[in-house]
Amino acid sequence: MRKDQSLGEYLFAQGVSRRGFLKFCSATASLMALPPSMVGRVAAALESARRPSVIWLSFQECTGCTESLTRSHAPTVESLIFDAISLDYHHTLQAAAGFAAEEAREAAMQENSGKYLLVVDGSIPMGNPAYSTFAGISNLDMLKETAANAAAIIAVGTCAAFGGIPHANPNPTGAVSVSDIIKDKPIINVSGCPPIPVVITGVLAHFLTFGSIPDLDELGRPKAFFGQNIHDRCYRRPFYERGQFAKTFDDEGARLGWCLYELGCKGPTTYNACATLKWNEGTSFPIGSGHGCIGCSEPDFWDKGSFYRPISAGLWGSREALLGAAAAGAAIGIGSALAARSRKKKAAAEEAKSS
Amino acid sequence: MTLLDFARGPALQLSLVILIAGSLWRLVGTILLNARKDLSRPRHKSALADGMKAIATRSLPAHVFEKRIRFQHFSGYAWHIALFVSVLFFAPHILFFESVLGFGWPGLPNGIILATAAITIAILVALLIRRASHPVQRLISNADDYISIVLVIVPLVTGILAFAHVGGRYETLLAVHLLSVEAMFVWFPFGKLMHAALTFPSRFQAGSSFGRKGVRA
Repeated sequence: MRKDQSLGEYLFAQGVSRRGFLKFCSATASLMALPPSMVGRVAAALESARRPSVIWLSFQECTGCTESLTRSHAPTVESLIFDAISLDYHHTLQAAAGFAAEEAREAAMQENSGKYLLVVDGSIPMGNPAYSTFAGISNLDMLKETAANAAAIIAVGTCAAFGGIPHANPNPTGAVSVSDIIKDKPIINVSGCPPIPVVITGVLAHFLTFGSIPDLDELGRPKAFFGQNIHDRCYRRPFYERGQFAKTFDDEGARLGWCLYELGCKGPTTYNACATLKWNEGTSFPIGSGHGCIGCSEPDFWDKGSFYRPISAGLWGSREALLGAAAAGAAIGIGSALAARSRKKKAAAEEAKSS
Repeated sequence: MTLLDFARGPALQLSLVILIAGSLWRLVGTILLNARKDLSRPRHKSALADGMKAIATRSLPAHVFEKRIRFQHFSGYAWHIALFVSVLFFAPHILFFESVLGFGWPGLPNGIILATAAITIAILVALLIRRASHPVQRLISNADDYISIVLVIVPLVTGILAFAHVGGRYETLLAVHLLSVEAMFVWFPFGKLMHAALTFPSRFQAGSSFGRKGVRA
């Protein structure tokens, strides 16, 4: 796609029909919880949008977020939309490496100063700059430099949004999220490990349509996708209401598709669109495949005990502490009884003496 | 650390330590106070049988007062039973007990639990109003009575709100529910809630002591 080509021109040249394009616009509008009257505006904006420059920085990450985006919807209109942005820098996807790659990033930053979108996946190590570098530039320096003239930042994946796995206890690299460092730019957290691809394209479409960032929740995530918890939208919810739970992954309840709450499902405390948008082009999602939600779009999901520990179960260190409390309580009880008896004896002796 | 993590972790641990240590302190201390030799010859041979009998007879309304305390007596039974059903047979509660005790048991459908919890709240609120308005009950009640009743009602209300997802996000409601239960745990050994551990031992003690003296209890 040429840089001066609009998104609409590009899509139609790629063989996407106007009907297909409008269907995508309707789907995007409904995903973003916009009224039907806004579909026309979405279509007009997307059709005439010049592809924005996007700089994608990957820090301490596993490439799962990029895999999610690139693998999941190769021939669909979403991928064309994604192709249609000018992805000027992406460590994993670009052919150039080292200093040549850095030159591309600097050129994109200069050319589109104040207008480019910065996408970040991965957390930033604060312990030692050498833990993660590109062309000798530390992640922290690269983030600060690239964020300085960005229009907005999209933190893709739980690592960039909340620190993710690198941030998990004991956090050996001192990993932090993008929002821990950048305070003066609009940041959209698209959390998930990895996030749902259509959420990324939805956020990009919103930015292209309105030139602004969508409504965010208190964790900086787009409300349209992260406004409701998995439990409220789960197709297994009726079984929860009836108290019908799978006890193991291969019992009768599991085969009948009963609720996975007892197997540690974190659906009630996890806000994401998995239960409605689903994965692999709307095929399924973890609960649909018989595994409970692990809460991957929530902060510190690695440090909330086992994935298989039910939400209502306690999260403490040990049962020994309770046995210790029992022993201590009994010992104090014996002590206080003995003290009371000795006081009584003393009082009786004194009474006998005085009489 | 989120509020829910705090409620499920350190707050739960600390409240259980206070509950267990405090309850055993009072229970062991009280039982041992009684351990003195009685040199008189017992009127009855079996102090054990007399004690057990008193546990049973004192669980029924005393005949002479029966008419006057019928409401109090049976409403008390009703809410205690409904409370135990709500606490012991709600599936997420059983998971909690399993995490503490290491074993669980079958639960009841949520609809039944919701009904028993609602019955418990309704009776407790009625009894609370009665306690505050009845001249004699008001006279014999102190702050401990009111605190103890409120600390039982609040976890029930927050539990229903968490279950129904009403009034806030699920994790916040669940955290508030857990914290309200933990407040009850902390209060338990030091207030009248301790009757749960002391009622039967004290009835037994009274029964066996009276039996020994030949008094019908």
